[in-house]
Amino acid sequence: MNYILKMSLRNLGRNRRRTALSAIAIAMGTALLLLMSATIRGEMRGALELNINLRTGHLQVHTEDYKDENMSLKRADMIEAPMAISSQIEEITEVKSAAPRLNASGILAYKNETIGIQIIGIDPPSETNAPYRDGLVAGEFLEADDREGVLIGLPLSENLNLNPGDTINLIVNTSEGDTDKQSFTVRGVYTTDTPGYDKATIFMPLEKAQTITRTENYASMVYILLYDMDDTAAVKNALQSSQYVIEDWEEINKLFIIVMELSNAMMFFFNMMVLGVTATVIMNTLLMAVYERTREMGILGALGMKSKQIKALFLTEATLLGLGGVLIGLAIGVPIVLYYAQVGFYFGDMGISANSGIMLGNSIYPYPTIGDAISVSLAALIITILSGYYPASQAAKLEPVDALHGTN
Amino acid sequence: MEIAKLTDITRIYQIGEVETHALRGVDLSIDEGEFTTLVGPSGSGKTTLLQMVGCLDQPTSGKVFINNEEVTKMNRNQRADLRKGTIGFIFQFFALIPTLTAYENVELPLLLMGKKNQKSRVMELLDAVGLSDRAEHRPDQMSGGQQQRVAVARALAVDPLLILADEPTANLDTENGEQIMSIMKKLNEETNTTFVFATHDPRVIKYAKRVVTLRDGQIEKDESIA
Ligand SMILES: Nc1ncnc2c1ncn2[C@@H]1O[C@H](COP(=O)(O)OP(=O)(O)OP(=O)(O)O)[C@@H](O)[C@H]1O
Ligand SMILES: [Mg+2]
Repeated sequence: MNYILKMSLRNLGRNRRRTALSAIAIAMGTALLLLMSATIRGEMRGALELNINLRTGHLQVHTEDYKDENMSLKRADMIEAPMAISSQIEEITEVKSAAPRLNASGILAYKNETIGIQIIGIDPPSETNAPYRDGLVAGEFLEADDREGVLIGLPLSENLNLNPGDTINLIVNTSEGDTDKQSFTVRGVYTTDTPGYDKATIFMPLEKAQTITRTENYASMVYILLYDMDDTAAVKNALQSSQYVIEDWEEINKLFIIVMELSNAMMFFFNMMVLGVTATVIMNTLLMAVYERTREMGILGALGMKSKQIKALFLTEATLLGLGGVLIGLAIGVPIVLYYAQVGFYFGDMGISANSGIMLGNSIYPYPTIGDAISVSLAALIITILSGYYPASQAAKLEPVDALHGTN
Repeated sequence: MEIAKLTDITRIYQIGEVETHALRGVDLSIDEGEFTTLVGPSGSGKTTLLQMVGCLDQPTSGKVFINNEEVTKMNRNQRADLRKGTIGFIFQFFALIPTLTAYENVELPLLLMGKKNQKSRVMELLDAVGLSDRAEHRPDQMSGGQQQRVAVARALAVDPLLILADEPTANLDTENGEQIMSIMKKLNEETNTTFVFATHDPRVIKYAKRVVTLRDGQIEKDESIA
């Protein structure tokens, strides 16, 4: 074995407790970064998936001026005869399902309570409604010819103590700029595990929504889901139309994607902070070792060891410490991340409204990737080696004669 | 043959405002095969002078030659290279590397010279200092005398021209001190290796062929003993 490697290994064995503590510091840093990066990635992926499945779809067909935020009900901003368009789109093989949606804002009045809500008119049998049909917790799903029934979210049902069969009043904006008030019966209660969405979104059949908003045979959009999101661009090209605009999920989720990039940047600073703390611990350990072994460095110098080799001695020690720490960190961190990737962290309602364009579920499922594990491990290792650099050059700077005069 | 030559060496230590003139104009020449001791009161400059000869320190003024090469013109790494094959050191404290066994301590200077697989050489050296049965012991598992004998074996490992020993017996009892000295004397006679000691110890002085007396950083007396 190379003598520098041998001496470094033995030097690590000299003060076992200190070595163990330093390795644990690196291990904890590594494990923490592993968990954080997987959690942030999981959160972002989850949120994007929710956004696509509940709000934006992979693709939308709407008019040039339509804006999701203002839910315009002007004819000019809407799509005429949307059912014909959507059934045509469903012919495309890559398309899983397509259906019209009509978005309107309104107020729910029940007993003494009034709550601002979004009303979505849907085509009940469509596949696009799977999240609500599968998420039904009480009552029944909507039928296309239902003229009085609505579907409400679980938080709304819990807060107002509303159950299937109960009657509520809805005050809805119409295309004529006024409002209309009608009573409806709660048919069913759904949950998508996305509190921000569920507590303010009410579904009714498209035709009823068209009647109450006085937008006969018009819809806000045709909402399209694909089997594979990688086909987005291809399908978008196939759909080009002179009359309407085709927007993909990336364009519609612009805000969300900015938030995602922002959180990546924040993650970077967080990583730097964790690594900075680790680096301080390592540097301190190695500086102490240099101080304690001053005279030994003098002996090695007298024997003819060059500064470069003395530096290598300490850098090797730092590298071994880093490797050990990172391996322990992976051994601790990977099982934890994998466990939470299955179970998820439950947060409940994080108070973020779905209208903000950011959809958060009530749980975050960390999403570990090999790439993240590799970059976290490398970062921890490199930081450890870098923090060994200063102590190592301090040791290399010692003149043999001064080192021999040193303490010990 | 002259192996070390020092001309008009001064060494001033400066600590804050205080200047210590450890050496004030020393001329010294050492020939191959010498067995020489530097003596003198404490603070007279013995250790400082030994460090000059050993290229561990640079003089404030004056020149040092080893094998006719001017050391005072060399940088740190060049001096380290020169020391490696030419000069062996024995210190008052038993300066072994605590993490290495007796065998590995003796092997280290050989490895630093790029000489690997020198098992028989290392064992021969340990045998010469009577420690072949302690090869696998670490310094803390050996007595002071044994450690100092390992240090002697290490100093000899690379067949140096010159071995410098600063109070090698100061921390040893009479028996161990005598043992170390007779080992070194024997080596000097058998291999013609040059030894220079700095010491107060009469047990060392009585072995010397030449005694150089220092006082206040200057050579006071330089006598050869028949
Ligand atoms: N590193 C140093 N810094 C400052 N002064 C020093 C240093 N080393 C030695 N001195 C001073 O130089 C002078 C000579 O010291 P040196 O160690 O050479 O003496 P010595 O003859 O070896 O003494 P001793 O017999 O006590 O070992 C002393 O006055 C000492 O205080
Ligand atoms: Mg001295």
